[in-house]
Amino acid sequence: MGEDRSDVLQGTLDLMVLKTLETMGPQHGYGIARRIEQVSGDSLRLNQGTIYPALLRLQQRGWIKAEWGVSEANRRAKYYSLSRIGRKHIQEEAKNWTRVAATMARFLSASS
Amino acid sequence: MDWVRILVSRLTSLVSQRILDADLDDELRSHIEFAAEESRKRGLSPDEARSAALREFGGVTQIRERYRTQRGLPWLEVLAQDLRFAMRMLWTNPGFTAVTVLTLAIGIGGNTAVFSIVNGVLLNPLPFPKPDELVALDESKPNFPTGSISYPNFLDWRKDNRTFTSMGLERGNSFSLTGNGDAEQVKAHFLSSGFFAVLGVRPLMGREFTPEEDNPGAAPVAMISEGLWRRKFDATPHILGRKITLNGKNFSIVGVTPANLHLPNVSRDDVFAPIPQWTNSILMMRGAGLGFHGIGRLKPGVTVEQARADMERVTRNLAAAYPNEDRGIGASVFPLKGRIVGDTSTFLEVLLAAVGFVLLLACVNVASLQMARSASRGREFAVRAALGASRGRVVRQLLTESLLLGMAAGAIALVPAIWGTHAALKVLPAALPRAEEVGLDVRVLVFTLAISLLAGTFFGLAPALKTSRANPQAALKDGGRGAIGSNHRVLGVFVVIELAIALVLLSGAGLLIRSLVRLWDVSPGFNPTGVVNIGVSLPPSLADASMDETRAKLRELNDRFAHAPGITAVSATWGAVPMNGEDDQWFWIDGQPKPKNQNEMNWVIDYIVDPGYLRVMQIPLLRGRFLAPGDDEHSPLVLVVDDVFARKFFPGQDAIGKRIHLVTNGDRVAEIVGIVGHVKQWGLDADDSQSLRAQYYLSCMQMPDDFMAGTRSTSMLLRYTGSLGAALDSLRQVNKQMSTEQVIFGGQSMESILSDSMAQRRFATILLGAFAALAVTLACIGIYGVMAYLVSQRTQEVGIRMALGAQRSDVLAIVLRSGARLAVAGVGAGIVGAIALTRLMGSLLFEVSPTDPMVLACVCGLLVVVALAACILPARRAASIEPMQALRRE
Repeated sequence: MGEDRSDVLQGTLDLMVLKTLETMGPQHGYGIARRIEQVSGDSLRLNQGTIYPALLRLQQRGWIKAEWGVSEANRRAKYYSLSRIGRKHIQEEAKNWTRVAATMARFLSASS
Repeated sequence: MDWVRILVSRLTSLVSQRILDADLDDELRSHIEFAAEESRKRGLSPDEARSAALREFGGVTQIRERYRTQRGLPWLEVLAQDLRFAMRMLWTNPGFTAVTVLTLAIGIGGNTAVFSIVNGVLLNPLPFPKPDELVALDESKPNFPTGSISYPNFLDWRKDNRTFTSMGLERGNSFSLTGNGDAEQVKAHFLSSGFFAVLGVRPLMGREFTPEEDNPGAAPVAMISEGLWRRKFDATPHILGRKITLNGKNFSIVGVTPANLHLPNVSRDDVFAPIPQWTNSILMMRGAGLGFHGIGRLKPGVTVEQARADMERVTRNLAAAYPNEDRGIGASVFPLKGRIVGDTSTFLEVLLAAVGFVLLLACVNVASLQMARSASRGREFAVRAALGASRGRVVRQLLTESLLLGMAAGAIALVPAIWGTHAALKVLPAALPRAEEVGLDVRVLVFTLAISLLAGTFFGLAPALKTSRANPQAALKDGGRGAIGSNHRVLGVFVVIELAIALVLLSGAGLLIRSLVRLWDVSPGFNPTGVVNIGVSLPPSLADASMDETRAKLRELNDRFAHAPGITAVSATWGAVPMNGEDDQWFWIDGQPKPKNQNEMNWVIDYIVDPGYLRVMQIPLLRGRFLAPGDDEHSPLVLVVDDVFARKFFPGQDAIGKRIHLVTNGDRVAEIVGIVGHVKQWGLDADDSQSLRAQYYLSCMQMPDDFMAGTRSTSMLLRYTGSLGAALDSLRQVNKQMSTEQVIFGGQSMESILSDSMAQRRFATILLGAFAALAVTLACIGIYGVMAYLVSQRTQEVGIRMALGAQRSDVLAIVLRSGARLAVAGVGAGIVGAIALTRLMGSLLFEVSPTDPMVLACVCGLLVVVALAACILPARRAASIEPMQALRRE
């Protein structure tokens, strides 16, 4: 379903979510989406909605947990946080991704 | 184990769809509000802020859909949705649903029934541990590939072989049981030691016979069946060591055998005794054929071929050691299951094919029904297509409906099918071996499920594909009639297929019926009407009587029974009984050199009877005279032969006056005094192809003393007038007057023996006939339905024709003509199919060619008439159309 320009590679978005939760602690969907946009600057204009299937996917794998809570502005929101399994997986996923990125970079510089 | 967690999560989400949907909506709403609030803080108006938030979010609906797909199991949800819809559709059309389900249920039920038989008889292993190790053992002799084993040979086989774990030997018998209530004749078997161990069956209580009890002179012991133990001994736990009186002799009970022993012969027996307890003077004679047959268990890993090679060595050594008796005697080793099941596989395969055709017909029938209905549902599908349903989606929906119908039909059919099979096998128990093992098991269930699904797919697919191809625009425009033109053709093809299948089945049934008629016309060589076969066990007190007393007793019995009311003729019958008991002897012709060993002798079927036999059986006397009362122990030995004997041994000569040496009668010389007609000893269909057919008749009273000495009971044939029941009552009365210890048993009429010999053939004919009738009925319903539908679709056309001057008879003719065209095409296709397929049932036919023109012609005629009759109602409806009404209809 990659028809959306702002869709990112599935695994990438998952890792971004995990990393966001790791640095910021429990966060609601909008918060996570904003954070990803901010960190990546102008380079990634996310369709914010795509964050939700990713969040569900991570929940189904048991890497994150969700819980209804109340925001600072006293608004009801669903908060996501890392589970123990998720914390364990971040390192691994990050390492994988770095390796892929490094390989890709080497590959691109070699062929130019 | 991520996928497990994911699957569980997806599955659990299915049950709480609504809550989760609300939860998602809440979450998305809160997301938009967060975003809008932030925009408002940057100074946008509330409306602008809201639309900016929505823009940044992307499509809410798409995300929601993607989320839901990710959350649950989409295909399962679609299936559930299809099922719900299908049920609603079927529920709103109860007539269609009922007809479809019933039609399919008939087809599926028939298949389940026949498959349960095939499964029980052919597929299931024998119900014993490691059944593949079990073999049947017999002696192969010149005239009998599977003849009986003599006891001394068996003992040597068991001792000398290297490939068997164990061997057992059995012979049927009957005992008169006295001392426990009424005297009673019980079915029994003489068994070798370890017989049940070969099968892997343990006695319910006690033990079976020990090797010591295989020797003559051992103390008399017996095992009894669980049934007898309950019936006669009230299931007492203290049964072991109790005495039982058999033929006047006390046996000590050492064991009880379990009920449900699924071994033919043995399973219905009540008493078992060690072989040497049989007081038979020639038991230890190595050349004697006394009706013993063996079973064996191969050592693990040994093949039947290896066992055959081993037994070949054993029998070769025996032939060298005992050339007179054992030359030419081999051992036949066959898998036990094969021996029990025999040659039923062709018969069952034909039935399976036939019933498969019935199911096919039912499917085609339902398919054409679906087709006709789909025309009226055309609008429904057009609307769906217009709303964006893909073709695959519509096909899936239609298939779900069909599968649902198929499953419903299977569920309805299962129980009656199994009950029906049980009932049928009860009526004709002689039709099949292992009949008592036929029943419902996992394999039958899986089979029924599979054919239900298959049938559902089969009848559903064609209409589904056809309907879904319809152009929605055209369909919407003319009110669901878009597909009619090609529907006509497809429906026509369906009718042709149905008629062709019905014709194939009808020819099969026709050929079997004709075979059976042919067979009933074959004369058995005697008149079976009004003849009954009984056994009489003589009083145990007779055991110590002298030969003269025994003979006197037998004469008295004969005389008393002959004068019983309703009885017109009587004869004892000690040798073979036509179609009911085999016995053979060997002889050599006087004047020729005596053959050196038994197997070079001449073999003959022997009947040992009284002078009354000719009148009982009404066998034609061709020349000379039959045995007379004067042919007794004091007069010279005489015999009567049949014409096969005369032609075989004295070709071109007069057999009367010739003399032969009766080896087992102490090698005495007997003179032939008469020639009678041949009797079909081996059954009406099989007799002509047997190698041993020559027959002779000896007089009971001329049998030697050592033959008479073992007499405990006597088999008799009697001719009666009036009813069989009355005749048996009158005999019992006379019997009681003679002695209270004398028991009459058996009492099967010769006619029922004759029809039992054809039980399998009758079973096949009845079933195939039923299937054919079913097929014709289904085909009729099919052709009627299609014609009625076509007529209803052509109402307007008929109206126009009539308005333009066509007569009612013209309309009638038009409809009938189109029906006839279909019928002829169907019959044509059917003839081709029948000629191709009936060849496969050749072995079930008797003196009828598989392409018998008479049968084919009758069947074709019948089918055309029936098909046209099915068209008459629709045709008359067409002819009765009022033109004005028809034209105004739309």
